[in-house]
Amino acid sequence: MKLDLMTGLYVFMLAAFIGFEVIRRVSPLLHTPLMSLTNALDAIAVVGAIILAGEGKSTLATILGTIAIVSATSNIVGGFIITDRMLKMFKASGPRKP
Amino acid sequence: MTLMIASGHIIEITYLIATALFVLSLKWLSSPVTARHGVWAGEAGMALAIIGTLLHQGIVDYRWIAIGLVLGTIIGVPLGRVAMTAVPQRTALSHAFGALCVTLVGTSEFYLQAPHVPAFLMSVLSLEVILGALTLTGSLMAAGKLQEVLPQRPITYKGQNFVNLGLLAIAIGIAVMLVQHPEKTYLFPVMIGIPLVFGVMMIIPIGGADMPTVISLLNSYAGLSAAAMGFVLGSKLLIVAGALDGASGFILSVNMSKAMNRSFTNVLFGAFGQEQKAPAGTKEARPVRSASPEEAAGILTAASKVVIVPGYGMAVAQAQHKVRELYDALTKRGVDVKFGIHPVAGRMPGHMNVLLAEADIPYDKLLEMDDINGDFPQTDVALIIGANDVTNPAAREDKTSPIYGMPILDVDKAHTVMVIKRSMGAGFAGIENPLYYMDKTLMLFGDARNFVGSIVREISGGHN
Repeated sequence: MKLDLMTGLYVFMLAAFIGFEVIRRVSPLLHTPLMSLTNALDAIAVVGAIILAGEGKSTLATILGTIAIVSATSNIVGGFIITDRMLKMFKASGPRKP
Repeated sequence: MTLMIASGHIIEITYLIATALFVLSLKWLSSPVTARHGVWAGEAGMALAIIGTLLHQGIVDYRWIAIGLVLGTIIGVPLGRVAMTAVPQRTALSHAFGALCVTLVGTSEFYLQAPHVPAFLMSVLSLEVILGALTLTGSLMAAGKLQEVLPQRPITYKGQNFVNLGLLAIAIGIAVMLVQHPEKTYLFPVMIGIPLVFGVMMIIPIGGADMPTVISLLNSYAGLSAAAMGFVLGSKLLIVAGALDGASGFILSVNMSKAMNRSFTNVLFGAFGQEQKAPAGTKEARPVRSASPEEAAGILTAASKVVIVPGYGMAVAQAQHKVRELYDALTKRGVDVKFGIHPVAGRMPGHMNVLLAEADIPYDKLLEMDDINGDFPQTDVALIIGANDVTNPAAREDKTSPIYGMPILDVDKAHTVMVIKRSMGAGFAGIENPLYYMDKTLMLFGDARNFVGSIVREISGGHN
């Protein structure tokens, strides 16, 4: 995976713009689930940790890589579970019978 | 060779699709109707990217990966099942976990490449580990304060900002040295150690009321450090995910700062809770009107329009389910009940909405500050449950007040104001609230959950 600096910066800039535009539209109602969801997505850093732990280039890299996988995976699993739990609770008043 | 290229392409394609799914995931979150699709899109993208990564040619040993994934799942499941009231500290903790991952990967990358680290790589790597390390300890501190393992009161001392900025400057200085001389590997642990200390120092002066801003800010740092890691590893997927997370955290921090009428620097370098110490001596016992649950029930049932304003006190007292019973009892009698939610009510952005949704209150009854403020003059009763500073009219009128200029919920414009409060003690920020001494204000002293429960009993008792 080669990436030159300029391509990387273009990707970052465009993603940041998309991020601003998309997230600006998220209702404040859902700001807590937004944070837990972006946190889970951010744990995609696990891909770097997987390669590190799997390549076995050094003992240090394997150990740190494995710990990194544990912490990122706990964010992925926990983040998606809690986000879904929260979103399930948001119901409109229409069908609800008191 | 052809096989290698083919599998490399497959990996890149899984990453490309994952990237698209991540953007869609956030897009669907824009409305509660489609929001759950967002979670599924995120999960699908994540699964795809992980499977793609496992196909990577360089991986020679899957044992540690498997152990890591299994252990992470074992830790992650309970973290996904915490009570809704514990969501702020869980979020802070997950920022710490994300930052830990990024910092560890950055550290290994450095030692794998040292002593020949290209200047560009060393710069982004420094950015990655500095942001990662300060987010790690900062988030742990925030989680500790939210869980009340650590003292919640802000701790300040003379020259605090000087010390903090100095620490950060030293870390950046060392990063610059490492970029020029990557062979000086002994500098690397120092470059990680200093932001670890900085993270702690940064949160020490932060009080509970500032937590929504700080959590958002840490969210943003976590995202930026992941994006920097994307540059280090040459992963566009990671750059995009980090940029999205960074943007989200940034937007939320700006929202929160605006809702408190404060700048970023002010939140980080201001230490709120101290300001009101001096005038405390002049406090005299001013008369307030208080009321019993019976009287409160009478006023509420006679109203046609009620706005309930919840705050952190509702969360502490676990009163949200009793509030739902009150909502039901009043709605059944034809009273129009809505909720006014201040952006910084609670301990993280959106905190109140989640608690009220958990208690089964329909989300279309939860209104933002700007949407509800115009309604207060036509509101018969504004019922404040465990909120203080966000309803303080001093923010509008008293130029000497430390919260002057902060946008508030205009509850004082309602015909009657009722405040459920444990005692007359000042709120978290220690600021006197003139609302309590107004003629139209009735203080309802007691635990929020018990008091709301008594009101509900009075209402349904009187009805049957």
